[in-house]
Amino acid sequence: MEEALVRAVLFGTPILLAALGALLSERSGVVNLGVEGMMALSALAAFAVAQEAGPLLGVVAGMGVGGFLGLSLGVFAVFLRTNQFVAGLAVAALGLGASGLLGKRYEGVPLAHPLPEEGLALVALALALLLHHLLLRTRFGLYLRSVGENPRAADLFGVNVDGVRYGALGLGGGLIGLAGAYLSLAYRPSWTDGMTSGLGWVAIALVILAAWQPLRAVFGAYLFGLLFFLQFRLQGSVPIPSEAFAAMPYLLVILVLALSGRARAPKALGVPFERGR
Amino acid sequence: MRWELDPSPSPGKVALAYVFFLLLALVALGVLFWAYGVSPFRAYALMFSPLGDALGLAEVARRTIPLLLIGSGLVLAFRVGFFNIGAEGQLLMGAVGATYGALFLPPGPWTLALMFLLGGGLGALWAGLAAWLRVRFGASEILTTLMQNYLAYYLVVYLVAGPWKGQLVFGFLYTDRFPQEAQLPRLGDTLVHWPTLLLGVLAAAALHLLLFRTPLGLEWRVLGENPQAARYLGLRAGRLLLLAALLSGTLAGFTGVGEVAGIHLRLLEPAQISLGYGFTAILAAWLARGKPLLVLLTAPLLGLILAGGDALKLSLSMPFRVVDVVAGLLLLALVGAEAASRHRLVWRR
Repeated sequence: MEEALVRAVLFGTPILLAALGALLSERSGVVNLGVEGMMALSALAAFAVAQEAGPLLGVVAGMGVGGFLGLSLGVFAVFLRTNQFVAGLAVAALGLGASGLLGKRYEGVPLAHPLPEEGLALVALALALLLHHLLLRTRFGLYLRSVGENPRAADLFGVNVDGVRYGALGLGGGLIGLAGAYLSLAYRPSWTDGMTSGLGWVAIALVILAAWQPLRAVFGAYLFGLLFFLQFRLQGSVPIPSEAFAAMPYLLVILVLALSGRARAPKALGVPFERGR
Repeated sequence: MRWELDPSPSPGKVALAYVFFLLLALVALGVLFWAYGVSPFRAYALMFSPLGDALGLAEVARRTIPLLLIGSGLVLAFRVGFFNIGAEGQLLMGAVGATYGALFLPPGPWTLALMFLLGGGLGALWAGLAAWLRVRFGASEILTTLMQNYLAYYLVVYLVAGPWKGQLVFGFLYTDRFPQEAQLPRLGDTLVHWPTLLLGVLAAAALHLLLFRTPLGLEWRVLGENPQAARYLGLRAGRLLLLAALLSGTLAGFTGVGEVAGIHLRLLEPAQISLGYGFTAILAAWLARGKPLLVLLTAPLLGLILAGGDALKLSLSMPFRVVDVVAGLLLLALVGAEAASRHRLVWRR
């Protein structure tokens, strides 16, 4: 029982980190569908740098790549004002593709110094509390939420709408990068193509399920973690094909979306902000 | 420096924006090739090598077929506001339906027709499910269709590794070969299954007429452009959306039938059935800018990119992910160019 709860938290941690990152940018009104690709590329960057320069710099590299990809999405979604959904999907494909291409030489190489999962799990929990505080109790949080709900009003009050959105995408990307680093440095200290295995999409669904609240995302992530744990436990011991287990996270995302499809999203989510229009 | 809306950009500016962004994508791709350890210029030359000979052109044609069928359906779906990202899964479901018709029903002159019926039906079901979830529960079809891709993927893996695994194949994950009645004819020695190609051309033309020359098409366009106006006019949005989803799912299902009945002649691992067609077709549809007939141009263009990616894989033994990279960069370039041509840069605050 105790083992189950610990494993649930450890399984849930990458989902939580990625969900917090997506949540941050969605609260500012920018949809981020690139999570899966951002996680994949930052997992690779973290692994490659950790191999050369130690795990801590690996974490920094993962977060840096995540943040960079977040800001790149920002150039399209915020500066150019493209369709955010299409730009996000493109980032997802690009991240997955680039990691598969550049990571070939790391496939099957063991990591010299893995990081402890438990430590990062605690960091993730602390970050969730911090984000909750940041969103609801600070001036930056107020600006961020106002930009996500009503960018026109925020602009009139002198809030730099585009700046806040860049900040949210960059910081959120950093969190998503941390999720990737957790995967390749702690959770499975190695790198394989497709190692994110749909967790990024689960994280996006979790943001909706958690109704854009960081603390709810914690419970949701651990719930998903528990389900993943049960899936691993049951595999082999019950006469259900392993493909059914592999398909489980995706089925779960669909169910979550159907159950919470009409949850209240930030009002300006997905809408590019055009000043003076 | 600010970015302002430009309601009526000149054609020259639009062209310039596209050229600029496509060049940017090409440079980014070159950087990735370089980081992988390949000379970018050698890689570009290989990408366009299929244009050089008849065999290469046949490869482009075979890649064009799925893009044409799926792409024209997606143009309709996007135009109506149903963001179907799940053509990949609908294609795989089509392949499953076709395989059932080919291997598990009594063969006869009706076999191929039956396969298209089953494959198209399963594809429609897969897309229809997402449309229903959106209409009934408000679930975003961008995510549900994407998730359904993975579900279809694992269904095919399960089938070829489990109950449908061939009696005559050892150690390989595929079904038995389809009987003669279940095979589509091809052009000469190539892999160009021409009946499916013809079907694709007809589909693009038919959808174009449907969209621009019928009352139903008008309702679809109103719904896609202005859902609020559609509501005031009393249009039944749910039904219109579902119908468009079903049509695009059917065409993706047909694509799956064509791939297994025209090329592989068996059901095999999903990554080999669809070589990223679902995703690349999104580009073909996006490029066609809401006009199904234009897919007749965009599908061969992207077919060339897929065939070029194949040449890269074979000559430089690159991982198959290279196609994802090209697709992602191209998609970014296209949305970027579109947005840039709708705006103008103003040098004041």
